[in-house]
Amino acid sequence: MSITYLEAIRNAQDKALADSPDVFIYGQDIGAFGGAFKATKGLHDKYPDRVIDSPISEDAMAGLAIGAAIEGMRPIIEMQFADFSTVAFNQIVNQAATHYWRTNIPCPVTIRLPSGGTPGSGPFHSQCMEAIYAHYPGTIVMTPATVEDAYSMLLEAIFTDDPVIFCEHKYLYYHLKADKLPTQSLPAESARITRSGRHATIITYSAMVHEALLAADSLHDDGYEIEIVDLRCVKPLDIETILGSVARTGRMLVLGEAFPWGGVTSEVISRVSSEGFHLLDAPPAKLNAHDTPIPYHPELWRYHRPTANTIKSAVQKLLKD
Amino acid sequence: MADVSTQNTDTGMITPEAFKDAFRWMVLARTFEDKISSVYRAGKIVGGVYVGRGQEAFSAALAVQLNRGKDVYAPLIRDMAGRAAFGEPIIDAARTYLGSAKGSMRGRDGNIHRGSPRDGVPAMISHLGAMISVVSGMLFARRLRGQLDDCVGAACIGDGATSTGSVHEALNMASIEKLPLVVAIANNQFAYSTPNSRQFACKDLVDRAIGYGIEGTNVDGTDLADCLQGFHKALSRAKSGKGPQLVVGKMLRLSGHGEHDDSHYIPEEIRSSGLGKDCLAMARERIIAEGWGNEGSCQELEEKATKEVEDAILQADGEDPPDPYTHDWNACFSERFRDTQPDQ
Ligand SMILES: Cc1ncc(C[n+]2csc(CCOP(=O)(O)OP(=O)(O)O)c2C)c(N)n1
Repeated sequence: MSITYLEAIRNAQDKALADSPDVFIYGQDIGAFGGAFKATKGLHDKYPDRVIDSPISEDAMAGLAIGAAIEGMRPIIEMQFADFSTVAFNQIVNQAATHYWRTNIPCPVTIRLPSGGTPGSGPFHSQCMEAIYAHYPGTIVMTPATVEDAYSMLLEAIFTDDPVIFCEHKYLYYHLKADKLPTQSLPAESARITRSGRHATIITYSAMVHEALLAADSLHDDGYEIEIVDLRCVKPLDIETILGSVARTGRMLVLGEAFPWGGVTSEVISRVSSEGFHLLDAPPAKLNAHDTPIPYHPELWRYHRPTANTIKSAVQKLLKD
Repeated sequence: MADVSTQNTDTGMITPEAFKDAFRWMVLARTFEDKISSVYRAGKIVGGVYVGRGQEAFSAALAVQLNRGKDVYAPLIRDMAGRAAFGEPIIDAARTYLGSAKGSMRGRDGNIHRGSPRDGVPAMISHLGAMISVVSGMLFARRLRGQLDDCVGAACIGDGATSTGSVHEALNMASIEKLPLVVAIANNQFAYSTPNSRQFACKDLVDRAIGYGIEGTNVDGTDLADCLQGFHKALSRAKSGKGPQLVVGKMLRLSGHGEHDDSHYIPEEIRSSGLGKDCLAMARERIIAEGWGNEGSCQELEEKATKEVEDAILQADGEDPPDPYTHDWNACFSERFRDTQPDQ
């Protein structure tokens, strides 16, 4: 049997719906149609009352989920694309994220954001929004890079009592396959050493883990062993694992698909610089997408985001510093 | 003036008892807010003070017909009367305004933002229009769990808030979900300084109901009996499965936007028009004129309210403020997901 990242997301929701009557999914075209990406295919048949089509109203979708969460349910909102969650921004950051702090009553909503670029998707169907939501106190932001993590972390997200922004990468939906779903897993808040090495560390998350692996393979052929840290969860940040890796290698490239200004990569560099400056043998490096909206044409798109080649060049530079 | 009957009937006729009950909360709210305004002017309140002067009838008429512990009620900034009528203890209002750590928001949020979600009162955020869909969600959850019974939800907004996208999304969504929701729009003619003419171009806000496929009613916000009847009808229709209901009340804000504002921009013609009538004074006159009470019984009520308010403010003022050094500075419920930012 082989299972894709997308199927893992579907199976996790299926299991959550089966395990708890408090779980429901609300989103555009997710009912009988099964969702724009088919992440809920078949679920409406199994749980007709709890897999529900919403109108195109991201603000009200999030508001409805928050109200239901206040009542103790565990709603999942599927945004059709992460990009459209900006319409629900207010409800997410001002209502859901502040709720526990203000009222002492938790707000266990899971907001699924189909994120990241695929060729031809253009400026409004490709964004990575993790940093924006992570900026706000009261949120948890997960960015799974593997099929197993997509499954186990989504289950953790649904059964966590805080709002979770679940950034699932669209490029991985069909590309990534595993043999089976995990029965045990690393806690969602822990980073993972995906590949060990000793010359430099690449700290990254989501689809960029796979680009980093390609770059590391290629650098291995040149005689360099590159360690890769998969953050898994960008908020909270597992700073211990990050510092542990930097202590081993002394060099760090922080890699992300999101825009370069601010964001997860800047946050990691800031934390390592202030908490582990003495561990660094070279200035910390960072690589992100270009500082423009995301281009439509595949030729431009491939150039816009980091790739195995640009990552390799960045690491080579880091090794010379 | 709307009729008041001795029988509470399904046609929406309300009783003198219901009228007097709502009046009682109106008096308490006016007394509390007058007092809070003077405390504010004395420099003892941190943050803004927004009062419901002139809209107490509309506010109380809705909430007095809801049941705490069963229904959902989302008040906004001018709903002191409704809050009191829904059973919010006056001490909680006093504590929140005076920054007592014992208030429901524990100093983490202030003044009009107080709420108690477990009692069916979501804690409003400032962003206008954002609470309607939250009330919908609370009703939606109850329905999914088979616990809706004859619960109803009510959300309050002003004329200005109707221009937000959230209100549109929420009304449309509540309508397709056929939720037992009453949305009360207090059209007090101004949103801060902005008049209706710069807020919407439809003839009457109640006409918006048609576009959402819901039922809408206009009431005279200065006439308590009319407000009671309008809400009675809307609440019964919502509870009997007829979907969301819009109730629009017209009145004038008889205060500044906040107590910092002298509302010089409100033209004299509006102040002296029927809209500018004081719902509280009118309700009091009616009680006496109809013989449901007399000057003495009204005064007794007012004195009781004054005492209650003074006691609450005195008590709250004597309580400790929150202590930043022992405060729990965690925004996440789950300990394992708390971010470990270095100490600053
Ligand atoms: C989305 C949003 N924009 C702006 C504000 C600032 N603001 C607070 S109250 C207010 C006026 C509200 O007018 P209305 O809805 O008519 O209610 P009223 O104050 O008259 O009761 C404004 C503009 C806000 N709270 N929320």
